[in-house]
Amino acid sequence: MEKLSADIQDGRRRGAGAEAAQSASGGEGIKGGWGLYLLGKALRLILLLAAVSAVTFTLVSHSPVDPVRAYIGADILRVGPEQQAQIAAYWGLDEPPLERFFRWVGALLSGDLGTSMIYREPVADVIAERFASSALLMAAAWLLSGALGFSAGIAAAMAHGRWPDRLIRRCCYLLASTPPFWLALLLLTVFGVALGWFPIGLAAPAGMAAEEVGWLDRLRHMALPALTLSVVGIAPVALHTRQKLLEVLASDHALYARSRGERGWALLRRHGLRAVALPALSLQLAGFSELFGGAVLAEQVFSYPGLGQATVQAGLRGDVPLLMGLVLGSALFVFAGNLLADLSYRLVDPRLRERSRTS
Amino acid sequence: MAIGAKRVPAQEASRRGASSEEAALGAAAPLLEIEGLRVSFLQYGRGLQRRTVQALAGVDLSVGAGELVALVGSSGSGKSLLAHAVMGLLPDNARSSGSIRYAGEPLDGERLLRLRGKELALVPQGVTYLDPLLRAGEQALGRQRGPQARSRLRAVFSRFGLPERAERLYPHQLSGGMARKVLVSAAALGGARLVVADEPTPGMEAGKAAEALQALRELADGGCGVLLLTHDIEAALRVADRVAVLYAGEAVELAAASDFAGAGERLRHPYTRALWQALPANGFRPLPGVQPAPEEAAASCAFAARCGQAAPECRAAKPAMRVWRGGQVRCFKPD
Repeated sequence: MEKLSADIQDGRRRGAGAEAAQSASGGEGIKGGWGLYLLGKALRLILLLAAVSAVTFTLVSHSPVDPVRAYIGADILRVGPEQQAQIAAYWGLDEPPLERFFRWVGALLSGDLGTSMIYREPVADVIAERFASSALLMAAAWLLSGALGFSAGIAAAMAHGRWPDRLIRRCCYLLASTPPFWLALLLLTVFGVALGWFPIGLAAPAGMAAEEVGWLDRLRHMALPALTLSVVGIAPVALHTRQKLLEVLASDHALYARSRGERGWALLRRHGLRAVALPALSLQLAGFSELFGGAVLAEQVFSYPGLGQATVQAGLRGDVPLLMGLVLGSALFVFAGNLLADLSYRLVDPRLRERSRTS
Repeated sequence: MAIGAKRVPAQEASRRGASSEEAALGAAAPLLEIEGLRVSFLQYGRGLQRRTVQALAGVDLSVGAGELVALVGSSGSGKSLLAHAVMGLLPDNARSSGSIRYAGEPLDGERLLRLRGKELALVPQGVTYLDPLLRAGEQALGRQRGPQARSRLRAVFSRFGLPERAERLYPHQLSGGMARKVLVSAAALGGARLVVADEPTPGMEAGKAAEALQALRELADGGCGVLLLTHDIEAALRVADRVAVLYAGEAVELAAASDFAGAGERLRHPYTRALWQALPANGFRPLPGVQPAPEEAAASCAFAARCGQAAPECRAAKPAMRVWRGGQVRCFKPD
């Protein structure tokens, strides 16, 4: 009987050995795993862009805005119907929508995004120029909200149940329920008008030549929009980080760490930060869509010439090529954020790293 | 069951009777003395109703240097709580009373903070107590740094039969047995004098479980005091010097491991004997009934409802722990 059970154990041990050998040789699978992963993501991106452009085009072609009227504006009385028809024909608006869509797709595939009706420049140029100023604004807001939210979340969790925790939590609820455009107006009133610390709008002082605009000017003009935009992101990151850190601190492994004499900030550094940094980072990356949406509002209030403002203009004036370009660009931007969040997990978390190897 | 030579003196002492209780109660100066330890919880029921749940209702035991004492209790009987109470890691809603002394002095406050991770070590249940994002080697080392610590780590890992690559593995890559060995290694590395091991064997195959217990025995042979908390009396008897038995949150008997022999004639409490006789090798006679919750037996002997020898007095008052035939027992009419 004893012999038998010993044999069984031996067999089990051999089984365990084979398992270990398998996981050791799993390293060869790395390349295949990553290739498949990226292929899947690329496929998903193409489907996403196709769906987004089809939906956008359908919506725009049913829009009540007449691009010709929007373009001519107040001079509409002085432009006769024949001239309006000519403009429409020049833009190709007299063709059926489906034909226009496929012509646009054909041009897109050959790398041509078309020409903006309102700026009368290639769409790619308009987006590139606008993106440069928006990217700076969004990056500043992104970093600011990430840093503030993350530290506030950690401070709250470390003071769990005491007054700093309650204060931070209440501030977060307040921020989360504040409409960004209202906050923008408030900041504008207080810091722009009453105190006069910051300019009330635009990306550079009015009437100054582009070459003369210094970094300080740009920063001063960016400060209020960036602050407004960052406020949108602080609360989610802070509350999420707080919750996650509380979970970590209540976990078995934190109890074990405390039994070994670790405590307070040292315990946080060793066991907490790694566990909460990743979710916070991925939340921030996945928040690209809110960042973009917030930018539209903030840029509008501060007359900041960025992507957001261009999007509003394109929508209100029926500039289909520009709107399509912007929608594709923003879809790409949000997709990139989500992809980065996913990648950061796969690269940093040992458990997922292992899975991508064996898959 | 083989009885180690180590335990013969205790056996003799128990034969000689209560006058030489010292031998069975730990001849060496006790490292850890627990007296009348009670732990309760505040629980919120429906609405704002608050009730207190008693988990431990009186535990007395001591652990000497070089000694391995097993506390045997069924699953969910509060063994982990005892471990956490000793380490000062009870949750916020727990209240404890009684005394816990380490090396003759109360173990609390600053002293506890100073000793944790140095002289006191906890060997927790398993892999969930390891940080999933830290490599096993780093975790076993804890706060220790430097090449010297590294080489000691290597030595301890190989002593417990862990391969060298185990240092670089993450917890999810460890088998249950390896994880427990990492946890035992951590205790050995810290140079602990008192080790509290909480259920180190469930879920392991017999061979691995024996290895993990052997690792604890080695710690005790090296001069540590080891308190082993387990539900597995057979496994405990293989390595323990003395055994404490937990019933309904109370320690009911403190016996030498050698008292567990034959039909259990040398055991003192009827529950301990029933436990012993329920083992497959000793008759396989299960004890009918279930353990009461500690609050249900607050004013009587907790075992009275299931005891064959229960007298009216057993249902009217709670017996105290008393010295009896070289051990201790909580019974009005011990055998």
